[in-house]
Amino acid sequence: MIDFDYVKARDVNDAIGQIAGHPAARFIAGGSNLVDLMKEDVERPTRLIDITGLPLKEIEETQAGSLRIGALVPNSDVAYDERITTRYPLLSSAILAGASAQLRNMASTGGNLLQRTRCLYFYDITTPCNKREPGSGCGALDGFNRLNAILGWSKACIAVHPSDMCVALAALEATVHVAGPRGERAIPFVDFHRLPGDTPEIDTNLAHDEIITAIELPPEGFHCNYSYLKIRDRLSYAFALVSVGAALRIEAGAIRVARIALGGVAHKPWRVPKAEQTLVGRQPNRQAFGEAAELLLRGAAGFAHNSFKIDLARRAIVRALEQATAGTPQSQSSKKIV
Amino acid sequence: MALYIGTATSRIDGFAKVTGAAKYAAEFNVPNLAYGSVVTSTIAKGRIAGIDRSAALNVEGVLDVLTHEHRPAMADNDQAYHDEVAPAGSPFRPLYNGRIMFNGQPIALVVAETSEIARFAASLVQVEYETDSHITDMYREREGANSVKPPANPIEALFTPPKTRGRPEQALAAAAVRHASEYYVPVEHHNPMELYASTVIYEGNGTLTVYDKTQGVQNVQRYLCGVFGMKPEDLRVMSPFVGGGFGSGLRPQFEVVLAVLAARALQRSVRVVLTRPQMYVLGYRPAMIQRIDLGANTGGTLDAIVHDAITVTSQYEDYFRQETGWSGLLYQCANAKYGHKLARLDLATPCDMRAPSAPTAHFALESAMDELAIALKLDPLQFRLRCYSERDQNNDRPFSSKALRECYRQGAEAFGWDKRNPEPRAMRDGSDLVGWGMATGMWEALQMPITVRIVLGANGHAEVACATSDIGTGTYTIMAQVAAEMLGLPLDNISIKLGDSSLPGSPVEGGSWIAASVSNGIATTAESIRDELLRLAKQMPDSPLANAASNEVALVDGKLVGKDDPSRSVSIADAMRHGSVDRIEQEKTTNPANDTSRAHNTHAAVFAEVKIDEQLGVIRVTRVVSAVAAGRILNTKTASSQILGGVVWGIGMALHEESVIDHRYGRFMNRNFAEYHVPVNADIHDIRVIFVDEPDDSNPLGVKGLGEIGIVGVAAAIANAVYHATGKRVRDLPITLDKLRL
Repeated sequence: MIDFDYVKARDVNDAIGQIAGHPAARFIAGGSNLVDLMKEDVERPTRLIDITGLPLKEIEETQAGSLRIGALVPNSDVAYDERITTRYPLLSSAILAGASAQLRNMASTGGNLLQRTRCLYFYDITTPCNKREPGSGCGALDGFNRLNAILGWSKACIAVHPSDMCVALAALEATVHVAGPRGERAIPFVDFHRLPGDTPEIDTNLAHDEIITAIELPPEGFHCNYSYLKIRDRLSYAFALVSVGAALRIEAGAIRVARIALGGVAHKPWRVPKAEQTLVGRQPNRQAFGEAAELLLRGAAGFAHNSFKIDLARRAIVRALEQATAGTPQSQSSKKIV
Repeated sequence: MALYIGTATSRIDGFAKVTGAAKYAAEFNVPNLAYGSVVTSTIAKGRIAGIDRSAALNVEGVLDVLTHEHRPAMADNDQAYHDEVAPAGSPFRPLYNGRIMFNGQPIALVVAETSEIARFAASLVQVEYETDSHITDMYREREGANSVKPPANPIEALFTPPKTRGRPEQALAAAAVRHASEYYVPVEHHNPMELYASTVIYEGNGTLTVYDKTQGVQNVQRYLCGVFGMKPEDLRVMSPFVGGGFGSGLRPQFEVVLAVLAARALQRSVRVVLTRPQMYVLGYRPAMIQRIDLGANTGGTLDAIVHDAITVTSQYEDYFRQETGWSGLLYQCANAKYGHKLARLDLATPCDMRAPSAPTAHFALESAMDELAIALKLDPLQFRLRCYSERDQNNDRPFSSKALRECYRQGAEAFGWDKRNPEPRAMRDGSDLVGWGMATGMWEALQMPITVRIVLGANGHAEVACATSDIGTGTYTIMAQVAAEMLGLPLDNISIKLGDSSLPGSPVEGGSWIAASVSNGIATTAESIRDELLRLAKQMPDSPLANAASNEVALVDGKLVGKDDPSRSVSIADAMRHGSVDRIEQEKTTNPANDTSRAHNTHAAVFAEVKIDEQLGVIRVTRVVSAVAAGRILNTKTASSQILGGVVWGIGMALHEESVIDHRYGRFMNRNFAEYHVPVNADIHDIRVIFVDEPDDSNPLGVKGLGEIGIVGVAAAIANAVYHATGKRVRDLPITLDKLRL
C-alpha cells in the first residue's frame, strides 16, 4: 500500500472538483473492493476522496413511478428496503446472493457497480495482466481460468465482472445517473460496463472525473415472476460460476416481457435482446427457455478450465426461468435450489 | 466428590477469549516497538542478482532493510536450523543467502517506525533475479519421483511404508474380483485465522522475550538459540494463546527468525506480522497421487492390497508421513505391499496438517473399498465388517483397544444406514439426488515424555505448569479438569500456566498426543503431591491415616481420604498447617512406556448424506454422523467441538479446498479467503458426533487423544455419497460440480 492523501468531499460538486486534475485519485465510499486492491498494490491511488458525507443516501420514488436509489445507500439497506422487496424483489435477491453480510453492510450502491473485475492474475502484481498493466499480457488466458469468461472476452482479457447486484440491475433496465464537470447525464445500465476489447483497463464508461449519484429503477419491477439463481462453489461468500437474473411478465398464459441477464460469464452483465424477444408471445415452457438459453450463449467459448460454464449456464437459465414462471424464486437464505 | 474428568466443561479461557483479554503474539505492546514487513520472491527458483534497498531506505521512518547481505550473523550449519520435528534434509534458512528455492520466499525485511511505513517501503525494494527453470507440477515430476529413504530412526520408521507381507502380486492376480484406481488430492493450506506473528521484546540487558505464534515454545526457543548462538536463559519464548495452528506452527516459521534478526540488528523491540497471502508459503498439505490395487475373493474378504503413494516435497527436505500403511492396518488381508515415492518440486517443504497423511490416504483407501464393495455387490459397511482387522498385521501385534465395530454399529444406527437403497441414483428428494456414503477413519494414539509442575498452596489453590500449547483445542481446560479431580479441589482453584518456554518441558502440540501426555503427567505429579500430603498427615498426632499406604488414599473435596474408609481423612489445610508448610511443589517427568507390543490407534466411522441438484450439480452435505472411538474422553464438550471441526474441515476437503498453483510461475494463485474456499455456515448442516466407550490401559487415565481423528474418513464418506447419489465416481479432490458432468 502506498502513501496517499486523504480528503473529504463536502458535496457532489466538491467531489468532482477534488478529483479533477488528479488522474491517480479515487473516490472511496465503503472501500470493500478498493482497500483490498490497495493492500495488494493493484490500486495505487495517490489521493483518496472520501465521499461518504455526500447527500446520496436516500431511496426515493419519482413522479414517473421510478425508484431512485442514492449512490451511497449501503447494499444491505437496498436489499431490505420494503419498496425494493415488494416492487423489485429480483434486486433484493441478487444483492443477498452476493458477498457476505459484513461486506453488504459496507458496500455502497455506486461502489458495487465499480468493483473491478475478478481474476486471480489481476490481483497478483507479480503476474501479467493487461487490465492492471496494459500490454503486459493476459495471465489467465493460458493459466488458471476456471472462474473466467465464456462470453464477450478478448485475447487481451478474459476476466468477469463479479457483481450480483449488477446482474439484477441489467435485467431491470436501470439507469445510472452520474455527475461530472460537464454536468449530469444518465447512462442506460447496459451501456455502463464495457467489454474488454483492446482496452481491458477501462471497466466502465464512467469518466474518471465523473461520480455516480443514483441508480434509477423503472416502474416495472417484475415482482410476480422473477428469480435470481446463483451457482457457486460454496453456498455463501463465493463469486458466481454462473448466475441468472430472470424476470418475466406473463399475461394470459403467455410471456409478454422477458428479461434475462447472466453473471459470472463476461466482463459485464450479459444480455442478449434476441434471446428475450424469442420468448415474447410464447407459453413459458422448457422448450422456449432452452431456445432462449441457446441464443444467450451463442458464441460462448471457454478455456482450459471453464468450458463447463457453457452447459451450466444453459441449465441455470432454464431453471431460473422455470422458477420465475412458477412464482417460486430461488431463496437466498435456504440454499436448496428450488 | 467433584468429578471433572469426562464432563462437558466449558473452556476456562473462554471468558478471556471472548472479551479480548487473551492476548496473541501480535498483541503484546512495549514502548518503542518497530515493525517489520516481509518482502518475498516473485520467482520460484534462481538467485538474487541484486537488491536495491535505496528507495525503501529513503522513506522517512524506515529504520533498516535486512537482506542476506545486510543482517546480523546467523548459524552456518544445518544442525542449528534443525528443529524438533524437522524432516531429514537441509532446513530452509530465511535471509541466509541469495538462493531462491520457492516462489514467495522471504528475501528481505523492511523495519520501520510504523507497520504502514514498513509495508509501503517493502513495495519499493527492487530485486533482480537470475532465474532458473523450475517444476511445481507433480504430474510432470511423477516419473522422476524416488522412493522414500529407509528409516534412520524409530520416528522415521513410523512414516515409512511397512514391509511387504505374503505374496501380494500373486494374490492380486488370482483374486476373483479386483479394483484398481488412482486418486488425487491437491495441495491444501492450513489457513488458521490468526496470522503468523512475532513480537520480540529487546530487554535492557540484551536478552529477548519472544511472543510467537507457535505450537511449541521450547522448540522455537531451542531453534532460535541454535540459529543465533544464544543461551536459553537469554531467550524466552511465549505463546499463551494461539489462534489455530493445525500443524502449521509445529516447526519454527520464518516470521520469528526475521523478527529476532531485526531486534538484534536494531537492538530494539520488533514485531513482524505476515500478510494473509504470505501465509501460503509457510507449509501445506502435500499433493498426493495414490494408486490402490485391491483383490477380493467371492466370499467378500480381501486377498491383496497394493498401495502406492507419490507425495510432494521440496528440493531441500524429505517431508513424508505414513501415507500407505493405513490400508493393511485397517483391514485384514494376508497379502499387502506398500510403496511411497517423493516428487521433489520447487516449492517450500510441506508440513504437517491435521492428521498428516491420514485424510488423504483414507480418501484413496476408503474410496477404493467403496468401489470394490460395489463390484462385489456388497453393502459397503458389511464389506468393511468382513475385512475387520483384529490385529495390526503390519507389525503383527494386537491393538491396545479397538472399538471400531461399535463405531460402525452406533454410527449406522444413528444415521439410519439400514434404510439405504444400494442402487446409485435410486434415492431422491424433489429435484435432488440423494446419496449415502460411509468411510472409516484411523489415527495414532501417541504419548510423549512431558514434565509437569504443580504448586499447591495452603489456601487450597494449585498452579499447574507445563510448556505445552493450547492451539484452541481446549488444553487449558482439560489440564484444569484433570488437576482438579486428581487434587480433590474445585475447578476454580486451579490455574494453568502453559505456552512459556521457561516452564517444565513439553514436546510440540501435535499428533493428538498432548491430551494423553499432559493429563497423565498431571496425574503423576498430583500423586506426588498426594504422597507429600500423606507424609505430612502421618506426622499429625493421632493421625487417622497413620498406617495408610499412598495407594490407599486419594485427594477428595480438599481432603486426603482413605479409599476404603472415607471416614479416615485429613484436610489438606490441616496437613500443611501441622507440617508448617505453606506450599508443596512437585515436578515430575513422565516417560510413557514405549509399548511397541501393541498398536495404539483411534478410529472413526463416518456416515454422510449428500443432496445434489440433478440438473445443476450443486452439492450439499445435509447430514454427517461421526462415531469415534478414542479411549477415555476428558471433556465431552471440547472433544465434540474437535470432532465437529474435523468434520467441517472434511467437508471442505471433499468439496472446496485446493491451493491452485500456476506452474508457469510456480506460484500459489488463490492466496486469500475469498479464493481459497473453506466451508461457510451455509455449507454446514446437521452433524452428529458420537463417542463410543473404549477402555484402554495404555496409560493410567486411558486417554488416546482426538485432535485429528475427526477429519479422517470424512472426504471419502462424502465422495462415496456423491457416487451413490449420481453414479459418478470422482477420484480427484475437491469434488466441484464441474467434475460431476451430470
